[in-house]
Amino acid sequence: MKPMHKLLTAAALSLGLAGAAAAQDPVKVGFVYVGPIGDGGWTYEHNKGRLAVEEHFGDAVETVYQESVPEGADAERVLTQMALSGADLIFTTSFGYMDATVNVAKKFPDVKFEHATGYKRADNVSTYSARFYEGRAIQGHIAGKLTETNKIGYIGSFPIPEVVRGINASFLHARKANPEVEFSIVWAYTWFDPAKEADAAQALIEQGADVIMQHTDSTAPLAAAEKAGGVIGFGQASDMAEYKPEPRVSSIIDNWAPYYIDRVQAVIDGTWESQDVWHGIDEGMVEIGEITDAVPAEVREEALALKESIASGAYHPFTGPINKQDGSVWLAEGETADDGTLLGMDFYVEGITGDLPK
Amino acid sequence: MIRLEKRPEPSRFWTAVTPVLAVLTTMIAGGVLFAMLGKDPLESIRTIFWDPLFNAQFADFARPQLLVKAGPLILIALGLSLGFRAGIWNIGAEGQYIAGAICGAGVALAFYPLDSWIVFPLMVLAGALGGWAWGMIPALLKIRFGTNEILVSLMLVYVAEQFLASMSLGLLRNPEGHGFPGSRNLQEYPAAANTEIIAGTGMHWGVMTAFLAVIAAYVLLNRHILGFHIRLAGQSPRAARFAGVSPPLLVAFCLGTSGALAGLAGLFEVAGPAGQISIDFNVGYGFTAIIVAFLGRLHPVGILLAGLLMALTYIGGELAQFMLGLPAAAIQAFQGMLLFFLLGFDVFSNYRVRRVTSEVA
Repeated sequence: MKPMHKLLTAAALSLGLAGAAAAQDPVKVGFVYVGPIGDGGWTYEHNKGRLAVEEHFGDAVETVYQESVPEGADAERVLTQMALSGADLIFTTSFGYMDATVNVAKKFPDVKFEHATGYKRADNVSTYSARFYEGRAIQGHIAGKLTETNKIGYIGSFPIPEVVRGINASFLHARKANPEVEFSIVWAYTWFDPAKEADAAQALIEQGADVIMQHTDSTAPLAAAEKAGGVIGFGQASDMAEYKPEPRVSSIIDNWAPYYIDRVQAVIDGTWESQDVWHGIDEGMVEIGEITDAVPAEVREEALALKESIASGAYHPFTGPINKQDGSVWLAEGETADDGTLLGMDFYVEGITGDLPK
Repeated sequence: MIRLEKRPEPSRFWTAVTPVLAVLTTMIAGGVLFAMLGKDPLESIRTIFWDPLFNAQFADFARPQLLVKAGPLILIALGLSLGFRAGIWNIGAEGQYIAGAICGAGVALAFYPLDSWIVFPLMVLAGALGGWAWGMIPALLKIRFGTNEILVSLMLVYVAEQFLASMSLGLLRNPEGHGFPGSRNLQEYPAAANTEIIAGTGMHWGVMTAFLAVIAAYVLLNRHILGFHIRLAGQSPRAARFAGVSPPLLVAFCLGTSGALAGLAGLFEVAGPAGQISIDFNVGYGFTAIIVAFLGRLHPVGILLAGLLMALTYIGGELAQFMLGLPAAAIQAFQGMLLFFLLGFDVFSNYRVRRVTSEVA
């Protein structure tokens, strides 16, 4: 009995010591951003998540970040240097970092990686994304109700499934609210380029659009809408509250903080495992920013009701009957889209004019 | 009173010294900038210039990366320097870089998955030809219609970017890429991959080509009549014409060669470090190479050193960003200062500073 007891004490002691050592050595968490942290949109929100991690864990973590990292060869070097600097967990926050993340993860099996919006995973690579299309459905509804010219301008970044999904979700719900609605879609081929985004918004407004939706990261389209007057838009990725109550009438806010805190905790606890997460309004990863007074009370009620039904799971934004652009049937009456199709979405739904770049 | 007096010809001493002075002044001004951002200036400068080379934690990885980053810069800058010496301004190397990458990768993807030694040489050829052809557009327009090559070559960059986007989404898109834009990854296609010649050194075929091009450019400029003509055309166009230099031929040679070298840089990048044609494949090497060319005094050896230095500020700048939390924009401003001070100090190469005792008129 006694020796056993001694052994246990020794084990407990050494565990305690190891615990103490771990406490002194903070977990290092790295973040790689595609835009500057002051973009007011996508990167800004990821950085808010980083700051939330710092606040939550205090001295137990150290965070580092690098902004404006090009997607490609440079990303691989930045990731390698970050891993070399002793990072335990690295979040790569743009789709284009996918191959770089996987390549570097192979070289550093002890470092954990989390890649946003991608689909390649490994033992030490998780992926995570948010169901932004849920928020897009609500925006589409508001846009359809509010447009007077029946022309909605949409600034796309790259024709990747995530963006196409957003366009389709917005369009379906705008059409439901107003069967006369037409979409004009402009591809900017950038995530963050205020000048290009402003030009695109300007061009769409000149073509008669009085609602501008964007899937790019800066506030430039809202600034263009404000300048034009009588044009509304939405905060993208972040609340963009400085444009309230008009032109910004609502927003989609990406709230990464709970997820980041959760994953850092898992690394601290040693329970981190590779996973694939796709959270929406229900889990709080997608938030709907305040719908301002510029929106009639009736429309606001409808939008909030839509949000509730999506959050509760009672309604899926992609519920049939929905046809593809070419007229073929995609979803039959009452059928809802499966995640696999949504993740690889490379087609427009019926009613959208113009070709998806291919 | 201080007066500037034009030198009959640029001072050799000052021409050699100004790059060094510019680097030192950039360090000081950069240090002030970093201090104003609340960072330790000495530590910042050390992180940028010293750590990538000698810090035990990073150097093993960063040193080879210097070559990877410097390779395309040197290759493009060498081509540009030929034209710049002759007063022919190719500002569109970025477009030629893209054109070379598209053509080279196109050849590789056309042969996929054929495993033959012939694939890579053909890609190199296609890359050079693609860049050459893209560079010949402003050349032919200049020769035939007298258009300004600065504008035409620059505008063609934007055309090339649209072309690149279209290729990533269409013709060259990876059929197994789940509908995402971007080509197959050439690193995973052994016959087409631009691998390291000696593993772990960063020395891939593009870096090797850059070194060979330094030697070739040196020989051309110093030992060959064409090099003499290029220099002559830049210094005195009239004298050049009397010496029998044909301006159209020179325009075609300079723009074509710089285009071909930029195309090669693009090909080696797409087959190596970048791996694939994607919408934002180009990251500005073609523009940064202009700084490298001037920083290297349009001299092949100077360009070699300037390319390595510029690569150092990139890699060290990245380190400084996440080690010290310096903003990316501060690093870009720091790199910009380098050219700014260089051009500033160039006053001393071309002018003599004279103290004039003021005489009463």
